[in-house]
Amino acid sequence: MAATTFRPPVSRALRAKRRRSALRTLGFLSPWLIGFAVFFAYPLVSTVYFSFMEYDGFAPPVWVGLKNWSYVFNDYVFFWPALRNTLWLVAVMVSLRVLFGIGIGLLITKIKTGAGVFRTLFYLPYLAPPVAATMSFVFLLNPGTGPANTILESVGLPAPGWFTDPAWSKPSLTILALWGIGDLMVIFMAALLDVPKEQYEAAELDGARAWQRFRYVTFPNISPIVLFAVVTGVIATMQYYTEPLVAAKVASGVIGGSGQQFEPGYPDRTTLTVPQTIYNLGFQRFDTGAACVVALVLFALAMAFTAILMRRRSGFMSAED
Amino acid sequence: MTPTPARAAYEPAAPGRGGTAARRSARRRATLEWIAVHSLAIAAALFFLLPFVFVFLTAVMNDDQALTRDLWPRTWEWGNFVTVWNTPGFLTWWRNTLLYAGLGTVLAVASSIPVAYALAKFRFRGRNLAMMLVIAMMMLPPQVVVVPMYLFWAKQLDLAGTLWPLIIPFAFGNAFTIFLLRQFLLTIPKEYTEAARIDGCGEFRTMVRIVLPMARPAIAAVALFHFFYCWNDYFGPQIYASENPAAWTLSYGLESFKGAHQTDWNLTMAATVMIMAPVIVVFFFAQKAFIEGVTLTGVKG
Repeated sequence: MAATTFRPPVSRALRAKRRRSALRTLGFLSPWLIGFAVFFAYPLVSTVYFSFMEYDGFAPPVWVGLKNWSYVFNDYVFFWPALRNTLWLVAVMVSLRVLFGIGIGLLITKIKTGAGVFRTLFYLPYLAPPVAATMSFVFLLNPGTGPANTILESVGLPAPGWFTDPAWSKPSLTILALWGIGDLMVIFMAALLDVPKEQYEAAELDGARAWQRFRYVTFPNISPIVLFAVVTGVIATMQYYTEPLVAAKVASGVIGGSGQQFEPGYPDRTTLTVPQTIYNLGFQRFDTGAACVVALVLFALAMAFTAILMRRRSGFMSAED
Repeated sequence: MTPTPARAAYEPAAPGRGGTAARRSARRRATLEWIAVHSLAIAAALFFLLPFVFVFLTAVMNDDQALTRDLWPRTWEWGNFVTVWNTPGFLTWWRNTLLYAGLGTVLAVASSIPVAYALAKFRFRGRNLAMMLVIAMMMLPPQVVVVPMYLFWAKQLDLAGTLWPLIIPFAFGNAFTIFLLRQFLLTIPKEYTEAARIDGCGEFRTMVRIVLPMARPAIAAVALFHFFYCWNDYFGPQIYASENPAAWTLSYGLESFKGAHQTDWNLTMAATVMIMAPVIVVFFFAQKAFIEGVTLTGVKG
């Protein structure tokens, strides 16, 4: 929106009209303006404020400078494992989900018989409520009587400890995340169907084989959607909370209520994510200041990825039209 | 779901008898590809479907068999569903979930529509900034602001232990809903709104009478998304409702249900089935809106 360089003399009628239109705009935006102030700006400023305060939620807050920051980075035993786990999940889970999403999207566009049925089947798990899906997977993958290991053993394959084995807990969460691939399948399907057919025909005339057709025709055409899937996947993984928490609680046998006496990140802190530490600090240890420090770290990470997203003008999610 | 004709790169050769050797080999290749694609699809279908199947089969086992490695129920204990239904609190969780998801969706959609309309159709200074802030809000993990928000609701308004801290914020626009609706409204040609304006139609009436009827599919899609967001939400109820069992929702209550039935996988899986079922039923009635909504998320309007 370039500022107008030429300003004609403004008549009183025009000024009144402009004021009316400004008021009208404010009127339409007012729900969001209030929402933005109360549920975004105010809590963010408070988070910064509390990050320098000692506050247990009852006694008045006391200024402690950088004490909370130092506590989180040096002494809070869950912070670094949580950050490492979150970054692991961002790297591995997001890339596998995108690759699998493209694969399932390609498969669904090639199916000639029963495409509708297959598409529905592939999509359904995406709809399962996360708590229900996680509890189902902890049951399916339980090392004792779970159907997965029963089947694996019956065909002579090794039966891992899944959610109870530190080496397998994050891969188990990843399998759960791959199960719920329906959203990516649909957007990749839409993108793949939009690739101009002539480009494939031209490539084929030039003698391009399947991989080359994917590399030089399909991929360039769907790359904006791939980027979209990566960035939204990263953002979703930043807030990844319910699945690892429920998996840890159910697999460790400590569940119900508000989760007292629950060692976060079972097994061996491998399922702890950054959002969980905010809950742990703020709502279990009543250490508001330290919780706000972690919240700001998470905010910085999320906004860094948002900035990357906003910088791309590749046709999606742009602020302009 | 109506099957979309797969716009694949190459169609199989037209069926016919005889033909040249080249055509026969093309036909053989098409058949082989058909077999390969469909075997892969069946393998994938097993991965997506079997979890549901085993969860369901366990849900109808008796208590003893659920503790064994058996995969198939010896007796079909349909009564497990009745037991779950009669669990104290289960009906309350249903009521709360419907209240949270229903009221939350109505408020979020109603308050987001004018905002999305203004962002799509008005030209004003700061519009791009406003849009960037909407996107920033959409990207903000809820956990970042949860500590001050909890203090706000609990200390200043004394509403902890109720569903109101979850519902009321939706009356002030939901960033995701605003974003999706705005992307959709951009696709409506401005000739429509201009014509309405020339006819002397006020902005609000133009929105309600002219634009919203055209945006019905997008509104249906965001409403569905919002409903399922609330239905599935665990974090919100855990923060605000956990201290008061009368305010628990299904997602939060399910976990405590497992706590009360520590070893009864059959009852837990029956409860799981009962929480998944409504979602799946709604999906079958609203598939088109769903798919449109997801597509809308990924592709610029």
